[in-house]
Amino acid sequence: MTSETHAAVEAVVRIEWARLIAGLARYTGDLGLAEELAQDAVVAALEQWPGSGVPRNSGAWLMTVAKRRAVDQFRRHRELRLKYAQIGRALEVEGDAVTPDFDRAFCDEIDDDLLRLMFTACHPVLAVQARVALTLRMLGGLTTAEIGRAYLVSEATIAQRIVRAKKTLAQAQVPFEVPGPQERGARLSSVLEVIYLIFNEGYSATAGDDWMRPELCQDALRLGRILAGLMPAEAEVHGLVALMEIQASRISARAGPSGRPVLLLDQDRARWDRLLINRGLAALDRAEQLGGAEGPYALQAAIAACHARAFRPEDTDWPRIAGLYAVLTAQVPSPVIELNRAVAVAMACGPQAGLDLVDQLTAVPALRDYHLLPSVRGDLLMKLGRPDEARAEFERAATMTRNAPERELSAERAAAAAAAAGQAERAGESG
Amino acid sequence: MQFFGYTLGDPSVPTAPPTPELFEEMGKFIEEATKAGVLLAAGGLAPVEEATKVIRSEGKFTVVDGPFAEAKELIGGWALMEVRDKDEAIEWTKRFLAIAGDGESTIRQVFS
Repeated sequence: MTSETHAAVEAVVRIEWARLIAGLARYTGDLGLAEELAQDAVVAALEQWPGSGVPRNSGAWLMTVAKRRAVDQFRRHRELRLKYAQIGRALEVEGDAVTPDFDRAFCDEIDDDLLRLMFTACHPVLAVQARVALTLRMLGGLTTAEIGRAYLVSEATIAQRIVRAKKTLAQAQVPFEVPGPQERGARLSSVLEVIYLIFNEGYSATAGDDWMRPELCQDALRLGRILAGLMPAEAEVHGLVALMEIQASRISARAGPSGRPVLLLDQDRARWDRLLINRGLAALDRAEQLGGAEGPYALQAAIAACHARAFRPEDTDWPRIAGLYAVLTAQVPSPVIELNRAVAVAMACGPQAGLDLVDQLTAVPALRDYHLLPSVRGDLLMKLGRPDEARAEFERAATMTRNAPERELSAERAAAAAAAAGQAERAGESG
Repeated sequence: MQFFGYTLGDPSVPTAPPTPELFEEMGKFIEEATKAGVLLAAGGLAPVEEATKVIRSEGKFTVVDGPFAEAKELIGGWALMEVRDKDEAIEWTKRFLAIAGDGESTIRQVFS
C-alpha cells in the first residue's frame, strides 16, 4: 500500500461525506448523532490512511468504523441505550465485517438515504438560513469554516446555526424520510429553493468585495445534478438544473478583468461555456418532455435558453422572452419577475413600453430596497434621452447595494449619465 | 473547478479487449460519477490508424492520414470532471484506474 497525503485523505472523505451522513442518519434516526459518528470515523481515517493507504472501498470502511463507534458508545453510556438499540440490531443482522460488495449491495439504499437527507436538511420546520447551512454542511461536504467564508459570517455563527438546526429537527421529531405524495410537492419546492438560493448567493453575492463566488455556484450545481440523479422523473428538478447550468455558462463572461460586473448584453458571448449551455438545454428538454414546461424553474431556464441560443445580442428573441415572463408572472406573481418582464418588453417594443411597466412597480413595498429597480429605470431613461433623471436613478441604485463591484458599476453609470446630461445642456445652449 | 483527464497508451502494445465484467463495472462507475455531479462529459477515441492530421505551415494546409510512426503516447479515453479541488480529481482518477486496470491517466485543470 502506498502512503497518502493528508490532502488526499481529505478528498476521499469529502467525496464520501454525504453518503456517510445519509446512511448513519437512517441508522440512528438522528442527524446530530450521525454527524458525530461520521466525524469520529473521519478522525480514524485521517489517523490511519496516511500510513496504510486509502482502502479500496473507502465508503464502506468509514461506515463500518462509524457504526462500531456507535456500538462502543452504547456500551459505555447506558443512558444512550435507547438511541443505539436500533443500531445494535442492525449491526447484528448485517455483521460488522467490511464486505467487498458493501458499496454495490447498498447502492440503491444509499441513493434513498441521500434523498432522505436532502428533504430533512431542507425541512420547512427550519429557518431558510438554517436549511442552507445544513445542506452545505451535510450534503455539500463543506466545513463550517468554508460556509462561513462563503457567507461572510464567522465560523462560530455557522456552527451555531447548524447545532440549532439539528436540535430543532430532533425536537420536532422530524422523521428521516422522503415525504409522502401529499406533502411531496411543497417539500420538493423547499429543496429546490435552498439549492437555488445557494446558487444565487454565488452568482451575485449580496454583500462583500466579490461580485461572484463561483465555488458556491458549483456546489449548488453539484447538488442539483445529484438531485436530478435521485429524482429523474421530477420535471422541476431538471428545470432547476437547466437554469443553473445555463446561468453558470456565463460565469467567466460576467465579470470584467477587475472583477466588475459585465451586463448580459455587453458580455463576450464567445466566453460562454458551450458545454454547460448544451447540458442546460438538454436538461430543459427533459423537463419539457416530462410535461414540466410551465414550471417556474423550467420557465426561467427557457428564458435563459433564449439568451444562450443567441450568438449575438441582437439575435435575442425578446418577444418570446417577454411572453415567457408573462406566463411566469402569472404562475408566481412577483414584482422582481415583473421587473424582468419590463426589461424584455422594453427590448421587444421599445423603452417607453418598458418604462410604463416599471413605473407601475416603483410604489411596490417589496422593491423599495431592490437596487435593480432604479438601475433598470435609469437604463430606460437613458435610452429615452432623459439622462438627468437617469443619473438620479443610478445614484440611488449605488446606495442600495451592499456589493462593492455592483456599487461601482452604478456609480459609473451615474457619472456617464451626468456627462450625457451636461453634453445635452451644452448642445442646447449653443443651438 | 474543472479537470480534463485522459488516458495515454502506446497503440503498438497489444491489450486484451475489455471483458463484460469490466464493461459492467465501468458502467456503474460512470453512473456513480455522473450522479455525484462530478462527471460532465466523457468519451473514447477511435484508433489512431483512422486519425487525420491537419497541418498549416507557412499559410499552406496539408492533410495527412494516420497511422503516424512517431506516436508512442496517445489519448485513449477522456473525461471532463467538475470537482472542488485537484485532490478530488486525483481520487476520482484513482477510482477510474482501479477499474480500468494498470495504466496512466493525466489530469489537467481547465481554465475558465
